Amino acid sequence: MGAAFFYVIMGLVATFAVIVASLTHDPNFAIHAWIVVLAALVAIVAGLNTFDPEGKPKPAKGKYLDGVIQAGVIATMFWGLAGFLVGVVIALQLTFPALNLDTAYTNFGRLRPLHTSAVVFAFGGNALIATSFYVVQRTTGARLALGNTAWFVFWGYQLFIVLAATGYLLGITQSKEYAEPEWYVDLWLTIVWVAYLAVFLGTLFRRKEPHIYVANWFYLSFIVTIAMLHVVNNLSMPVSLLGAKSYSLFSGVQDALTQWWYGHNAVGFFLTAGFLGMMYYFVPKQADRPIYSYRLSIIHFWALIFLYIWAGPHHLHYTALPDWAQTLGMVFSIMLWMPSWGGMINGLMTLSGAWDKLRTDPVLRMMVMAIAFYGMSTFEGPMMSIKSVNSLSHYTDWTIGHVHSGALGWVGMISFGAVYFLAPKLWDRQGLYSARLVNWHFWLATIGIVLYAASMWVSGIMQGLMWRAYDNLGFLQYSFAETVAAMHPFYLIRAAGGGLYLLGALIMAYNIARTIMGHQRREIPMGFAAPAVQGA
Amino acid sequence: MDYHQFRHLADSWGLVYLMVVFVAAVAFLFRPGAKAFYDRAARIPLDEE
Repeated sequence: MGAAFFYVIMGLVATFAVIVASLTHDPNFAIHAWIVVLAALVAIVAGLNTFDPEGKPKPAKGKYLDGVIQAGVIATMFWGLAGFLVGVVIALQLTFPALNLDTAYTNFGRLRPLHTSAVVFAFGGNALIATSFYVVQRTTGARLALGNTAWFVFWGYQLFIVLAATGYLLGITQSKEYAEPEWYVDLWLTIVWVAYLAVFLGTLFRRKEPHIYVANWFYLSFIVTIAMLHVVNNLSMPVSLLGAKSYSLFSGVQDALTQWWYGHNAVGFFLTAGFLGMMYYFVPKQADRPIYSYRLSIIHFWALIFLYIWAGPHHLHYTALPDWAQTLGMVFSIMLWMPSWGGMINGLMTLSGAWDKLRTDPVLRMMVMAIAFYGMSTFEGPMMSIKSVNSLSHYTDWTIGHVHSGALGWVGMISFGAVYFLAPKLWDRQGLYSARLVNWHFWLATIGIVLYAASMWVSGIMQGLMWRAYDNLGFLQYSFAETVAAMHPFYLIRAAGGGLYLLGALIMAYNIARTIMGHQRREIPMGFAAPAVQGA
Repeated sequence: MDYHQFRHLADSWGLVYLMVVFVAAVAFLFRPGAKAFYDRAARIPLDEE
């Protein structure tokens, strides 16, 4: 794209947004318009910085486009810290309600989607985009297609995150879980996502390696399915083109089913398939061994794709959804045990004959822990989808514990492993600043997750049992407030677990920053004891 | 086509169609000579650089 064309487009965008901001009667919508103005102006200034009227010879392009991946690694770290921090804040709000601070902007109801979107879409999404760009280039031998479109994907995605996050704080929401942003932010994400698909597919078309490595299958299924889910679930009619509010195309039980078809496949294709792409590339690289069974990885892929898309109705047990649909959701969820565990075995067995590496390589340790949590949470999920189990677990903290063993354990740990792998490679360093700090991160994160999941099991099952307890006259034994009081100690433990997880991520950010700066800590390598103190 | 006809189509022919596609995709993996092909494919990440 020519530089002049770029400035014209950005200038038009800024002008248009100023007009929108001045015409709208919705003050929150005006704030979003001003954010767009600011983004366009920043893009122009950043563009002028590289403006080169003399046309000096540019340095030769490398084989791969890695700048955008470097940016993605930094963004992953940044949004990860932000998302984990807000998570700890809202965990403490549940423990000590005074921390809601009695303002609309800081109450739990607004901070909760800020947390979920920050960790899922900002942290997880940046990790997926960055690693998919890395993996698709390395396994095809081709440079990212469509020039700087990958940069548009990166910055466009950050703008989506900023609009979504500020919108939640302002109270802009369409009240669909994990799909809270309103119509105009949804449209923007659709544009960015189509560009992402184009870059990824374009790179595959240019591949020098005839076979498309399986990790790319998982990434591609993630990109395509998220596009479909996002568009269908967000079909809505804005009240005005100059306001944030819109109404969904669906209503009642159709709306609920569409939402959970979306919601559960966000878990299946965003948080599972995408990160499995990560597993199938970075675990073999870090262990320096090919995947245990390539054919099993393809069976894993097809079975996951064919089954996951039907599992959503298990979120709507005992609701107005037809009984057959509930049963269908449950049956497909249970069948998911097979591909999930096949994939887990495939990942773990990749280390067979190389298990000794776990003693000396804390990054590999992290990846193996991620796969173990993938196995654990994909065992727990199908179990919770069984209607009789769900009648106890649904709407309780058990669900929150389950989600976090998957999110902190699987998604978080495999992303940390990938970032630890990528940082020295992308900045061309000998290795990480410190392997021992990785080990600290590993243990802090692991203990944090255990505290989190275990406290939520106890709290959730207790909560469920208290809700269904009757006295001998047939009245409910406990009031709702009594269940809340009983959960208080477990909320404290959960907040402590989240705090440890955040602390581990802070250590990681320090380690990655020092790695980027090119520093290397003088330390005894992992797996060796400290030398005995010598006598004088 | 009303809801009931659509549902009937989905849980009869639709189900058969998806099953056949899935079984075919898996069966294709075990075609003769595939082992060497997939063993090489598994090494793609390790052989670059």
